[in-house]
Amino acid sequence: MRGASALPSRVRIQSGPLTEAGPSGGRRELPVESVFDVHGVSVFYGTKRALDGVNMRIPRSRVTALIGPSGCGKSTFIRSLNRMNDSVSSFRLEGQVLYHGHDLYAGNVDEVEVRRRIGMVFQKPNPFPKSIYDNVAWAPRNLGLRRGLDERVEGALRGAALWDEVKDRLKDGALGLSGGQQQRLCIARAIAIEPDVLLLDEPASALDPIATASIEELIHTLKGRFTIVIVTHNMQQAARVADETAFFGLGASDGGEPVGTLIEHAETATIFGNPADPRTRDYVSGRFG
Amino acid sequence: MGEPAFDPAAPLTPTGNLRRRRAVSRVAESGATLGAAIAVAVLGIVVYSVFVHGVSALSLDFLLEGEPDGIGPALVGTAELVLIATLIAMPIGVLVAVYLVEFGGRLAAPIRLTLDVMNGYPSIIVGVFIFALIVEATHKQSAIAASIALAMIMLSIIARGTEEVLRLVPDAMREAAAALGVSRWRAVLTVILPSAMGGIATATILGVARAAGETAPLILIDSVWDGSHVSLDPLGPVPNIPVTIYKLSEEASPEGFARAWGAGFVLLFLIMLANVGARVLLARSRRRMAP
Repeated sequence: MRGASALPSRVRIQSGPLTEAGPSGGRRELPVESVFDVHGVSVFYGTKRALDGVNMRIPRSRVTALIGPSGCGKSTFIRSLNRMNDSVSSFRLEGQVLYHGHDLYAGNVDEVEVRRRIGMVFQKPNPFPKSIYDNVAWAPRNLGLRRGLDERVEGALRGAALWDEVKDRLKDGALGLSGGQQQRLCIARAIAIEPDVLLLDEPASALDPIATASIEELIHTLKGRFTIVIVTHNMQQAARVADETAFFGLGASDGGEPVGTLIEHAETATIFGNPADPRTRDYVSGRFG
Repeated sequence: MGEPAFDPAAPLTPTGNLRRRRAVSRVAESGATLGAAIAVAVLGIVVYSVFVHGVSALSLDFLLEGEPDGIGPALVGTAELVLIATLIAMPIGVLVAVYLVEFGGRLAAPIRLTLDVMNGYPSIIVGVFIFALIVEATHKQSAIAASIALAMIMLSIIARGTEEVLRLVPDAMREAAAALGVSRWRAVLTVILPSAMGGIATATILGVARAAGETAPLILIDSVWDGSHVSLDPLGPVPNIPVTIYKLSEEASPEGFARAWGAGFVLLFLIMLANVGARVLLARSRRRMAP
């Protein structure tokens, strides 16, 4: 497993207390509680290996960005964190994904319960063809959270910075909203059931720059309340929103065929300022990808 | 590269074998057009001759009165038969479609084949089957038995039609629902089926149109009745249009023939109306689904 052994020591340091060089240059202790502990995860679609030997720790109440060129398994990885890949019949995962110490892929784990705690927002806004209100109220209703539904909907829409724009037309169809509003509605829908983790799979890549800015601002306000993992193609976006950044690239697997893997994971400032791996340096400096 | 295959400066008229290829293409196109025209012509001739023969019998009394003047009770009876059949076939058909699209793994393909076979099996077989199963056992013809036979005929139409519209519901909806920690069945019930409602209605209407004209099962299961007054008892036979047409055409009187044609025209008209209505509904729901 050359891909795994080539991982910089930085990744392993993550299993101990994290330190970060602050703006003043001083170092401070960071919270160490982790939400996900990923051990040696490889993902296969049929016989094709899509992700190889990922070890990663995702800390609580922070924003972790996954960056890297296309086809390096970022989306595969994030979808493995709430078992969204289960619907792909040829999907197979080796290794271990621990969520608060529980193996996500253990036999007694119910994937519906997993997703109730680990919400996800997708690349393309996908509101239901229902009213704005019903979109946000849908999951709480189906999960039996009927008490104080109006307050819950309002809270979620405020949380997604959408309330002021839609409060007078909650009964209107969600498909009449702009793309950026639809995506914030999807975020409101996800936080309405107060999950523990929010997974954002390129949430702004289908949006214009102004809508993108409002989504990024929203991510800032949501961190602290939720643990956030975001996949992005956009390095500036990662630099703007993320506390930690993980760079996925191509490593060589046993067969010699290049396959996506985690190259380096560290504080965002480190990844963009002083990366340990030359592949990371090449990528963030724009030399490839 | 050798010589160029053509002279780029020559006038832009056909060269090489293009003249022949154009002729073949024209023949194929006119063959296809002719085929389509024949299909339309057959329908046109049938509708026209039914109308011409039946128009003399048509009147308000004919639609409202009982036998021997009209077909009122038979219209009511056919409505009842089709209604009960729909109540039986629609829930099952929709569930079958939900299974095929949302849950069916390896079993989906054989079930789809089964449905297609069901769509093709002769209605007289259904008639004999239900006759042996229910009419013989109860020693009685009944509307409910006839409705079960009609439901068997409708089922595959509703299931296959619903399956097609369920496939039109974007997968993004299923992913969105799954990512919210809601079980698959709740998602089907509250997101997928509501967005496919128009198409389900369409499939049901097409099933109704098919069942309303089925005659063979009814001759065995629901043919001994008095057509002079309305009877609605589902446990007994009820008058109905297809058997009325059959009986009238067996009568050796010109008046009977005219009434048979008239009843045939009424049935044909209702079925065509249902078909057009179904298309309109489907077009509307398609537009809604793809904003």
